[in-house]
Amino acid sequence: MAELNTGDSGGGKGGKIRSKKNSGSVDLTAMVDLAFLLITFFMLTTTLSKPQSMNLAMPDKDPDLVEKNKTEVADDRTMTVLLGKDNQLMWYFGQLQAPFVAPTKEVYGKDGIRKVLLQYIKSVPARYGNDPKKGLIVIIKATSEANYKNIVDILDEMAITKVQTYAIVDISQPELDLLSTQGLN
Amino acid sequence: MAKAKRKSGKTSIDMTAMCDVAFLLLSFFVMTSTAKLPEPHPVDTPSSTVQQKLPEANLAMVTIGDEKVYFTISDRDLRGPVLDKVAEKYNITFTNEEREAFKLMDGFGVDIKQLPALLKLKGSDRNKEGVQGGIPYTEDNNQLSEWLLASRFAAREKGEELKIAIKGDALETYPMMKKVIDMMQEQKINKFFLVTGLRGEDF
Repeated sequence: MAELNTGDSGGGKGGKIRSKKNSGSVDLTAMVDLAFLLITFFMLTTTLSKPQSMNLAMPDKDPDLVEKNKTEVADDRTMTVLLGKDNQLMWYFGQLQAPFVAPTKEVYGKDGIRKVLLQYIKSVPARYGNDPKKGLIVIIKATSEANYKNIVDILDEMAITKVQTYAIVDISQPELDLLSTQGLN
Repeated sequence: MAKAKRKSGKTSIDMTAMCDVAFLLLSFFVMTSTAKLPEPHPVDTPSSTVQQKLPEANLAMVTIGDEKVYFTISDRDLRGPVLDKVAEKYNITFTNEEREAFKLMDGFGVDIKQLPALLKLKGSDRNKEGVQGGIPYTEDNNQLSEWLLASRFAAREKGEELKIAIKGDALETYPMMKKVIDMMQEQKINKFFLVTGLRGEDF
């Protein structure tokens, strides 16, 4: 009884020759062929998503501005990360001549530098009574042995650990010497 | 003898479900994808966790791979004025056809003197390996810097600020990246977009 009333109002009862009721199957082979052809085409010619991007702001190099905006960096908030060769890095806390934490070798990733960063991002503001303006400062210095991936990796760690203040700066000779003695340069 | 012969005839399989799946996938791909632009020098970008889309408009992209530099201007209406400015600087005249061809070309990386020859090539031949050897960026012949400057001027005339993206190969050395970044900083560009792929935090 579940039949759709197709509009003829009962008049032609019995008079119509119904076509044999089949399941209404259309040959879909060609349609499927076409659909898969298009899928293949789209898969091969497109990239799945727009590329991601990462913001990078470099410190200004204009000598006048550099003089004017000289940032005083407290050495007990400053961590320096030195990027060496073979995906290795070294970090120290404070100044190189008199570091609070001596230069230590570390690797990239969650078991390496991220643990250190997470530890300091908590401990540094705590020392200043959780003043949000006095957080951890990270200075990134790359040697000529480091590659672009290393730079992106360390910037990524900054984003993950939410370090607010960081900068990429040129490396100094004593630091290069230090890395050489450790086999990282 | 008693083997029952199958009725030979059309074996029809119900294709409905297959058709449904195929079209579902098709619509998924159509909606989520953007066309892949042909590049003169494909690079493997490093990945990051930052989920920020690369802006599409008013973007100039510097692609760095194998110590070679390529330049892409995203907006077609920007490309004409940029070419004019650079051509004027280097005293090269481009015909109208060449200018139109340049507008349709996405990325390029040749010396400006070879640009007319490159524009004469078919689009499919331009991106063959070895055709484009990179834009010169040495101190005494810094064409990359000129392209950048011209693009920024052209964008400024449109009332927009040009955004600069750097697309570097993951294994490109830091000095090479630094050279390009330093060159941009000389023009007082201090903000860049680094083009990266996407990854999770677990690495």
